[in-house]
Amino acid sequence: MSEVNVGPASSFTDPGRKVFEVGGQEVGVFLLGGEFYAWENRCPHLDGPACQGRLLPLATEAVNADRTSRGREFSKEHMNIVCPWHGMEFDIRTGRHPTNQAIRLRKVPVRVERGEIYVTLRA
Amino acid sequence: MPDELKSSLVGEVRELQEITAATDTRDYLFAAARQAQRQYDDYELIVDVDAHTQEGRFWPEILEFMENDVLKHTALNQLAGGIRTPLINMQPGMSFQSLSGRVPHQSGPRESVSNPDKPGAAFVEIAKRSIDFMGVDYQVIFPTSMLHLGMNPMDDVEVYLARAYCRWMVEVVLPQEPRLTSLIYLPLNNVDQCERMVREFGNHPQIVGYTICAVRHKPVHHNQYMRLYSMIEESGKPLVFHAGPHWDDPSFTQLNRFISMHALSFVHYNLIHMTNWIINALPERFPKLKTVWVESGVAWIPFLMQRLDHEVLLRQSEAPGLKRMPSEYMQDMYYSSQPLERYDLKLLEATFDKMKASTQLLFSSDWPHWDFDPPSSITTLPFLDDQAKRNILGLNAAKLFNLPIKRTRPRAADAIAARAADRVS
Ligand code: FES
Repeated sequence: MSEVNVGPASSFTDPGRKVFEVGGQEVGVFLLGGEFYAWENRCPHLDGPACQGRLLPLATEAVNADRTSRGREFSKEHMNIVCPWHGMEFDIRTGRHPTNQAIRLRKVPVRVERGEIYVTLRA
Repeated sequence: MPDELKSSLVGEVRELQEITAATDTRDYLFAAARQAQRQYDDYELIVDVDAHTQEGRFWPEILEFMENDVLKHTALNQLAGGIRTPLINMQPGMSFQSLSGRVPHQSGPRESVSNPDKPGAAFVEIAKRSIDFMGVDYQVIFPTSMLHLGMNPMDDVEVYLARAYCRWMVEVVLPQEPRLTSLIYLPLNNVDQCERMVREFGNHPQIVGYTICAVRHKPVHHNQYMRLYSMIEESGKPLVFHAGPHWDDPSFTQLNRFISMHALSFVHYNLIHMTNWIINALPERFPKLKTVWVESGVAWIPFLMQRLDHEVLLRQSEAPGLKRMPSEYMQDMYYSSQPLERYDLKLLEATFDKMKASTQLLFSSDWPHWDFDPPSSITTLPFLDDQAKRNILGLNAAKLFNLPIKRTRPRAADAIAARAADRVS
């Protein structure tokens, strides 16, 4: 395991994302609601570059109390990263697929110290 | 450093930018090249039997070959008015393939190329980037927006666009790259013109077969096509049914989301054409004609085998031309792999067994469409042995399309290294 400084926290927008390659390992670092999250840039589907896709709110089926549907609406709380290879989406906070939670990105430890972001890479 | 890379060096740390429709194909498929390096770099041959042109970018080049002056005039006027693919019967407002921009390669290619003004060169350069990075030796190219052309109410448009596309392929694209091959689009609404195209283009060495774009309502067993099938059988090249989506089909207008139509539509057309092909005993009438069924995945195959076997046993008098069970004819046919339904691997394994995948299945990427499969979709299947993987990834296609078993792709490590050098130059 080795910890790497990938740059200043102030360079991120919120919500925002940067993807880094260090020694052949690729990590997506995300800022959402003031918190940082990091995931391996490797999609559980077919190993595509999941963290290099678009950031979009979770789409939801808007069902009324009487079970009729208003159609689809974007979530106000949940933001996803979309894998650009085939469109699989993962919650930025949990790394999990919205429908099948067993399908998920691999977590990378991330922390902020004195305004700098550090990620922990595999040995 | 090329602008389009949008990457920068931060000491040992390199930043990778968001992938968009303008991203270079080599960067888009960088992970595929790594898979090639780890999983199948030593395989003798990789053939991708179904990849596509995105005609939008190349349509003006294709229209140059339009042989009807009235239609050409109409098309050029539409082009000048901002319509990307004149004469094509697709509704732009109903195009959802890119998942509303979530899958950018479906909306491309907008990447830069070294020679944008030479006809065909942009397409060839981008196609070469994809086959080098997926680790493919030969690729079979199909059109995209022409997949619906069989439904165009102006049947002369189908004929003239089919001819223009075919001439663009044969005269402009294929001479620039021997690793690319193509098929003759058969304008099935006019059988005389189909036969003319077989005679005119069928002998080209990079034309490896004939395709029926399956989105159409013309029954493929109609007597008018028997002479055409005889010609194709005699040519020794296969007849390839390429499925497609079509939301206007009356039953499908009940489906309120693209996903629903897409899941059913491709399979639907192959189910219909395959059922007609079998029940009317075309495999008995054309015993040497090889057929290939493209872009419907594989889950539909055991369903139709079971269903037709069941019905034929009970209703033999309605399929009296058959000497074997439908599933046995289907086991002699060929199928492309994409989009491979990999969620339930047990079910997939049973499907592979039933369809005799190790000799009948052909790897296809469908690149650059949103649901493309890289070759790793095959190499990572836990139930296949090494020989089956080699067969599916290339050797079956070499036999079917008469391609030389000779490596033409670069080593994956070389492709990766060349791109890495470009990235920092
Ligand atoms: S590889 Fe990520 S969605 Fe397929």
